Amino acid sequence: MKISFPHMGHSYIAFKWLVENIGHECIVPPEPSKRTLDLGVRYAPEFACIPFKILMGTYLEVAEKGAEVIITSGGMGPCRAGYYWVMHQYILNELGKDLEIIAFEPPLCDLKDFWRKLHRLRKSGGLSVREFIQVIKTAWEKIKAIDDIEMRSHEVRPYEINRGDTTRALWKALDMIDKANSVKEIEEARQEGLKVINQVPQDLSRNPLKVGIVGEIYVVLEPAANHYIQIMLGEMGVQTDRSIYLTSYTRESAIINREEDIFAVARPYIKEAPIGGHGVNSIGETILYAKHGFDGVVQLAPFACIPEIVAKSILPKVSRDYDIPVLTLFIDEQTGKAGVQTRLEAFVDLLEKRRESKKRERLVV
Amino acid sequence: MAKIGIPRTLAYFLYFPFWQAFFTELGHQVVVSPPTTKAILDRGVEDAVNDACIPIKIYHGHVAKLIGKADFIFSPRLVSLRRHGDFGTETFCPKFLGLPDMIRVAIDKLPPVIDTRIDLKPGKEELLKACQETGDMLGHEGKEVLAAYKKALAVQKRFNQLLAKGVLPHLALDIIEGKKKEEDLNRDGFDLNIAVVGYPYVIYDPYVNVGLLKLLEKEKARVYTQDILSNKILNKQQKYIPKSLFWYFSNRAVYGGLYFMKQKDIDGIIHVTAFACGPDSMVDKLLEIECNKHNKPYLTVSVDEHSGEAGVRTRIEAFVDMLRYRRATR
Ligand code: SF4
Ligand code: SF4
Repeated sequence: MKISFPHMGHSYIAFKWLVENIGHECIVPPEPSKRTLDLGVRYAPEFACIPFKILMGTYLEVAEKGAEVIITSGGMGPCRAGYYWVMHQYILNELGKDLEIIAFEPPLCDLKDFWRKLHRLRKSGGLSVREFIQVIKTAWEKIKAIDDIEMRSHEVRPYEINRGDTTRALWKALDMIDKANSVKEIEEARQEGLKVINQVPQDLSRNPLKVGIVGEIYVVLEPAANHYIQIMLGEMGVQTDRSIYLTSYTRESAIINREEDIFAVARPYIKEAPIGGHGVNSIGETILYAKHGFDGVVQLAPFACIPEIVAKSILPKVSRDYDIPVLTLFIDEQTGKAGVQTRLEAFVDLLEKRRESKKRERLVV
Repeated sequence: MAKIGIPRTLAYFLYFPFWQAFFTELGHQVVVSPPTTKAILDRGVEDAVNDACIPIKIYHGHVAKLIGKADFIFSPRLVSLRRHGDFGTETFCPKFLGLPDMIRVAIDKLPPVIDTRIDLKPGKEELLKACQETGDMLGHEGKEVLAAYKKALAVQKRFNQLLAKGVLPHLALDIIEGKKKEEDLNRDGFDLNIAVVGYPYVIYDPYVNVGLLKLLEKEKARVYTQDILSNKILNKQQKYIPKSLFWYFSNRAVYGGLYFMKQKDIDGIIHVTAFACGPDSMVDKLLEIECNKHNKPYLTVSVDEHSGEAGVRTRIEAFVDMLRYRRATR
């Protein structure tokens, strides 16, 4: 089968490897571009959230390249994401596209369905159960390595002496992971990759501002959707930490439920959890960032994103109570890079002034 | 005795009889905010987070209207009314889930909020528990609460029976309150049948939909909505879609639409939706595609803060004309 999947940050490197090693042909989804979005906007409902539109565009693009099957995730609510695949399939059918979406619903909800779909992928790829498990394990290691590498790049970037060095090193490191073919090779590539990033010339005398990034998973994870906000901030000399990584996400939401800790922190502000997407997380994580001494928080969300609107309405109180500035960026198809940059610059300015005045206060005391 | 304030929107249109009877039976006075007006909307726009949909803004406005008139605001947290959906996880739109917390942050000088959590997934008995919890907050004994609960169920049942007879909820509410008589309802002189589907707080609030139902009546169209269908009929529709939606009111609208589009004597379907409603981006597209398949005329009416009566009227008139023409040529 010719298989494709949604593009989410750098994860395609691992998924491409997975599809190919199960024995299928992979149609690698292109990084979402203006064209992707235009296609999505044209065929998606007007008020669908931006992840829906971008995925719609991606599916149409990979259909052009011959993809027959899309593999994606389902969901049990409470937000729209779990219903994406149903509507995408409806719309693809209407457009006469011969593209089937196989959606994996959370195994906790419907284990049988989950196994049935896995079985189908394995059988048609011609792998034994043992081989199949090995391939999945290896792909998982790849995703983890990709996350580790990316995390490190965000730590290093604010210290880089030559602008752009870290991002170049990041790509080099990702390329190493891309070429690795076994658990052992991946581990070596991970070590090598981290070294490449660490070797970027840095000015360690800097004391960068620290900003936490919270919000809806897709726009947080897909740099092409958020105008590379972490790179942008890093190059302004700001260290960013984001709450969501694919590995932490799958670990928390599907198998272990460590998310409960975040919910507990948020509880004084919102008594219900989850409310869909990352709505409650955005509140809880803002509190955690404040407690860990971060200078500010950026909330990233698609325009009209339901849970993030709930979070946004409650965040002003959190921001007052914990004395931490929060900038909300709602992203839609009209959002331009320049606009995001201007708002971030103003925000960083504000954070710098606050830091200065706090320092002065301390000196006076 | 306390004054319990209930906002005249959202779940009000389907569940008010229950709560009114419940609180009255316990000896309290129920104060309902007045029907939606521009002033209520404006206040809501001011208080609510600006990215919210119009129904949520209006809710804020209604709550604010009750300040100074009620000792408590009754804003239950609606989590689920049944175990339903592919995974049994049906719930309400995330904005409902966070609603009591949102109004607490957004509205100044708010009286205490009774935000009883209503989650009936585990079973119907949970409703009694929710009532006990609510009664507790107001200092009532278990026995009193049980009696009030039974009374409330009986009243709600009467209301539901009216719906089952085809009386639309806003009229059934009038009948229950004695403002109208069942015999006086206009049942004749219609020459078209139109199904109107959507959320109760959108289709039964004439301010929000700029008088849509009246307009249809004037056009001699008899209106059917999902709320006059039995749960049995509604739930049967589940099998016609690949997966149910996650939200109670959305499922009702979709199931209603799916049922009506298969009825020969229904001439067309109107979906009324609030501008920028998240769940409706899915609901609307689904209904549109299914109506196309069933060759049933379909019209989406999207309402927002600035909807004018004239705009909606033009579209409805054109739709009705088309349906009449279609009828005549068949
Ligand atoms: S969380 Fe936001 S972006 Fe995700 S499905 Fe819900 S509304 Fe859309
Ligand atoms: S279902 Fe739509 S209209 Fe209702 S609260 Fe949610 S977003 Fe608003």
